Parts: sequence; structure tokens; C-alpha cells
Amino acid sequence: MTVIKYSQAIRDAIAEEMRIDQNVFVMGQDVETMGGVFGCTKGILEEFGHDRIRNTPISEAVIIGAGVGGALTGTRMLVEMQYVDFILHAMDQTINQAAKVRYMTGGKATVPLIIRAQQGSGRGNGAQHSQNLEALFCHMPGLKVVMPSTPYDAKGLLKTAVRDNNPVLFFEHKVLYNTKGEVPDTDYTIPFGKADIKRSGKDVTVIATSWMVLKALEAAEILEKQGIDAEIIDPRTLVPLDKETIINSVKKTGRAVIVHEAHEVCGIGAEIAFIIMELAIDWLDAPIKRVTSAQAPIPYSSKLEKLTIPSVDRIIDAVKEVMYIK
Amino acid sequence: MADNNSLLRIYEQMLRIRLFEQKAQELYVQGLVTGSMHIYTGQEAIAATAGELLRETDTITSTHRGHGHCIAKGGKTDKMMAELLGRKTGYCGGKGGSMHMADFTRGNLGANGMVGGGLAISVGAGITNAIIKKNDSVTVCFFGEGATNEGVFHESLNLAAIWKLPVIFLCENNLYQVFTSVAESMPVKDVSIRAISYGIPGITCDGNDVLELYDVLDSAIERARNGQGPTLIEAKTYRWEGHYTGDGYARGGYRSIEEIDLWKAKDPIARMAKYIIESAIADNELLEKIEAGLKDEIEKAVHFAMESPWPDDEDLYKDVFYEKEEV
Ligand SMILES: Cc1ncc(C[n+]2csc(CCOP(=O)(O)OP(=O)(O)O)c2C)c(N)n1
Ligand SMILES: [Mg+2]
Repeated sequence: MTVIKYSQAIRDAIAEEMRIDQNVFVMGQDVETMGGVFGCTKGILEEFGHDRIRNTPISEAVIIGAGVGGALTGTRMLVEMQYVDFILHAMDQTINQAAKVRYMTGGKATVPLIIRAQQGSGRGNGAQHSQNLEALFCHMPGLKVVMPSTPYDAKGLLKTAVRDNNPVLFFEHKVLYNTKGEVPDTDYTIPFGKADIKRSGKDVTVIATSWMVLKALEAAEILEKQGIDAEIIDPRTLVPLDKETIINSVKKTGRAVIVHEAHEVCGIGAEIAFIIMELAIDWLDAPIKRVTSAQAPIPYSSKLEKLTIPSVDRIIDAVKEVMYIK
Repeated sequence: MADNNSLLRIYEQMLRIRLFEQKAQELYVQGLVTGSMHIYTGQEAIAATAGELLRETDTITSTHRGHGHCIAKGGKTDKMMAELLGRKTGYCGGKGGSMHMADFTRGNLGANGMVGGGLAISVGAGITNAIIKKNDSVTVCFFGEGATNEGVFHESLNLAAIWKLPVIFLCENNLYQVFTSVAESMPVKDVSIRAISYGIPGITCDGNDVLELYDVLDSAIERARNGQGPTLIEAKTYRWEGHYTGDGYARGGYRSIEEIDLWKAKDPIARMAKYIIESAIADNELLEKIEAGLKDEIEKAVHFAMESPWPDDEDLYKDVFYEKEEV
């Protein structure tokens, strides 16, 4: 095991998969130069050369559209959106083309397309550079959606994504790039659809995604001192979603809190809550709570941004609420 | 031809922009400004000249590198500084920040976080002026050369051209898009060539030369006011600083020190100062007085911003929808 940064885990996964498969091609804005704005493609140009990685113009529609075309013709297309917000320029390519082409052709088309995109708030980037858009893509059949919270998960899941024959949206978080964690020195992958229990506990189930996993873990530490034993579950992939791990946990604790940074309305929390309602309602001892960002664009002002992002305190409050503790 | 008063005003605006940007960078380094801030230093002649030629009723659309555009359209540096610091007294009540600076009272429809975001919006402003209100107002749409590789560039220029809308598409070609160079991202050397596809005039000019910019912009604006439609202007220029504040690769990474020095020697402000003195438009003493006044203004702007209140908690939920006119 070696302790590395989340950004390096991404870079290592890309390099390893490019060594294994000659057909992996990387493109995106500034990915060649200086290792990209977040350093996630550092060293790739030097090792693999200009025919394996290319800078593109600022043209999101063709980055993703050509990703589909490359994938249809046998290239494993690993494309990057510098900020997820820019994918909105390419929604036709993502949702009308990538997501549907296999289905529309009766299974004749194969689309090994990986869209890496960096998302999230927390750095004062304002309303057009801080969004969490995963729910938009979860809604559309045909797209897999991955949200790693640790270097270990980022590397293992990205390697799986590159080997997958479907369009995958791989959402990294800007705040997580500098976080560190242990990663095996040997080749490994993490299967999609397998949640990870980041902390086991018996009193309450907290389901959290991406950066919010770290906040939920922090909350759990504080709650422990107050005699509350929280179980923290990170689904890791939202499509496919590991219902079983979530349901087993809720059946054990009888209480659930869902934490995500995206807005509340029609967010993944609504979906997970409904699944719990369908499959474990008889085990619930309290209504499910959600902790999310306000139903407003992400404001610039650091004061307001802090207010909108789910905080450790808000998670603690929600846990106490479902446990009927004042 | 610009008259002497115009030139002096342009000079003052350029310097105001430069001093504002220097101060903004200082505040950023102190951690008082968050997120991505893109500094306009080196490109001042373009915004300042356009601002001089526009009327208060004309509009602009701006970019992520928008502080200069805001100032040039008459924006107040104190409200801008407060916005950068995320305060309630800022142009957007602290909710926009550097990338969303807007001043509707002076026709600045806003900076934009999305590359190319202002292109289509300027076309809409053109529709209001030419088709609905039938006035002679125009819109200057600022954008970087990088934006011309977005699909929306094509759609916007095409529509503006077929409907002969009063829009001046003003491309600030500073040779880079983040770390990527023009040579890597475009098959043509001059953005202005792209005008051919829309049957509109396309002009390349020196973006660091106020006199040249003035004439080029003047005739494009006249043309737009007279109902003859849009023009694509490419002003060649250079940003002195990193793409964003904190970009550690801008000097000697993806751009050579020699290249930067070459462009610094073409400083639009120093050039203008020289011209003003040599043509006896003003003397050194006057220029120094202008500078002292501006420095004072910027200090006061910082003070105003620092003393200003933060937004209220409830502001988080306000303005998602139109509810009632703010008083
Ligand atoms: C749609 C979109 N894609 C990508 C970005 C990221 N980005 C911000 S500024 C920039 C470069 C823009 O280059 P240019 O248009 O030449 O303007 P400059 O920064 O040189 O002023 C990029 C790629 C963005 N903000 N929006
Ligand atoms: Mg540029």
C-alpha cells in the first residue's frame, strides 16, 4: 500500500489502463499541457505520446460527440470535462447519442466512452463552476454514474470504467483532489454496483456520496462521543446502485439519513429514500431525512456558500432528528 | 479619429482597470477573493476604447475575464471590489463574484463563467434593439479567441448576420486558452477570417493600440447603428498574468519568458502615455495627477468593500425566481 493523493490515483489509473490497452485514447481541454489544470494527466503525454492524448479546442459538443464516434469504431474514449458544468454544452451528445445508441440499434452498437468530469462546490467558484449534476444523468437510461470519495475508490473504479463497454460518467470532486489515502501497489479494480461501508455502526444508517462521505465520517466521530453509533455507506456508483447494502443496513438500524451535495429536489436522495420505502418500510423507526444543498444556485460569497453546502453540524442534527434526540 | 478628450478618458480607464486588477490580485493572494479570478492586465486598450465609443444605452456582454469590460462600461470600482469580496453591497449582492459581474444600470449584461456564454445573449440584445424597440442602440459582445471554437459562435454569428443585428463581435485574441495555444486549437491564424462564412466584415487589428482600435470600432459601431448588421473584430493582444490567479505555469511553462517580455514591451498604457505626451495632449504632471486620483479611488474601493456587510443568511434563498422589484 502507498499513500497517494486522489488526483494521483486518477492519473495512475489512466496510465495503467493505457499500458494495458493500446486502444485507450484521452482527450480534453488542456490535458496534454502541464498535466492538465488539476494535474490528473501529468506524465501521460511524455509516456504515451501525442497519438494517445490530445488537447482539444474549447468544444465540448465535439469532445463528447467524437467520444461516441470513437467508441462506436473501437477506440476506448476517455474524455475530460474540465468542470462538469461544461457538459451542458454537450447534452445532445451525452443523452441523445451516447446513452441511447446501443438500445436504438438493438444492441448492435458498443460505446466504451468514459466521461471524466470534475464537479462540486466548496472553493468559491460560483454558480456555473460548482454544480453537482449527477442526478441529470442517473435519470437517463443507458449511462453509468460513478462518484468516488477516496483515492482507493477513485483508482479502482476508474480502471473498471475504462474496461466497461458502456458510457460511464465519472464524477471527481474538486475538493477531493488533494485528499490522500492508501492505494494498493498491485493491479486492482472495484466492481460497479458495490457500495462500501465506510464505517459500521448500529444506530443509524447515513448514506453519503463523494465529498459528503468525508463529512459524514467526521459527523460520525462526533456522534460517537455522544453515544450514537452511525453506519456510513458510500454507494460509490449511483448507476448501478447497490440497493442490497443500503437495505441491509437500514433493516439493522431502522433509521436513515441521506447526504448529498446536489440540490434536494429530484436528487439521488429522493430515489434512495423511495427504494428504502419500498423495500424496508416495516423496519423504519423514523421518517428518512435528507441533507442537501439549498434549492438555489451555488452562491459565490463564501458566507453563503458555506451555508448551502451540507455541513457536519447539519448531518449531526439530521441524525439526532431521526433518533428523536434533542 | 479620436479627439484629445476621448484619448485622455481612454487612458484614464485603462489605468483604472490596471490598478483595479493589481489590487484584486493582492486581495486574492490574501485569501479574500475565492474561486477562479481571471486578470485582464495587458488587454486594457480593448475594453477602454470600446467603452469610450459606446453610449450609456448601449449594451455589452462580457466574459470570465470581465473586470475590464465592467469598468469600461462605467462600472463603479467600489461595487466591483465588494462583489469580489462576496459582500452584500457588491454588484450582485455577493452572489456572483468575479465571473458574474453585471451592471444592468449601465448596460453590462454580465460576465460569464461559460466560454462563449455571451455570444448568443448579445444576439438577443440585438433582437430587442433592432426588431422590437427599433432604436439605434448596439451591443458589443466581448469574447476570447477560444470561444470561437464553440458551436454557439457559429450559431450566433450566423443568426446575427442573416437578421442584420446591431452586434459588434469583439474577439480579444490573447493567443492562449488556459494552457492551450491558438496554434494548437485553430487551423487559421486570424479569427477574423471566420467572418467570411457569415458574409460580414472581419477585421484584425492591434489590440494594444488605442488609435487603431478606435477607428476600427468606430466604423463597426456606426455600421451597426445604421442597420447594416454585425462585424467581427479580432483584436490581437496578450494577457500578462496567468490564465487564472494562481496559475503557476504562465511564466516559462506553456509561455516563454521571452514571449511575455515581447508583449510587455507593447504595453498599451505606456504606449498611450507616450503618445499623449508627444502629441502634447497632456503633460506628465496631468498624467501623474490622474494616476494619484485613481490610486486613491481604488484604496477607497477596497475600504468600502472591507467595511461592507456580508449577505444575510436569507439571501441564499432569494432571487431564484422573480418575485417583486427590489427597492
Ligand atoms: C464552456 C466552457 N468550457 C470551458 C471552460 C473553461 N475555461 C475557462 S476560460 C477558458 C479559456 C478561454 O479562452 P479564451 O476564450 O481565449 O479567453 P481567455 O481566457 O484567453 O481570455 C476555458 C477553457 C469554460 N469556462 N466554459
Ligand atoms: Mg484567449
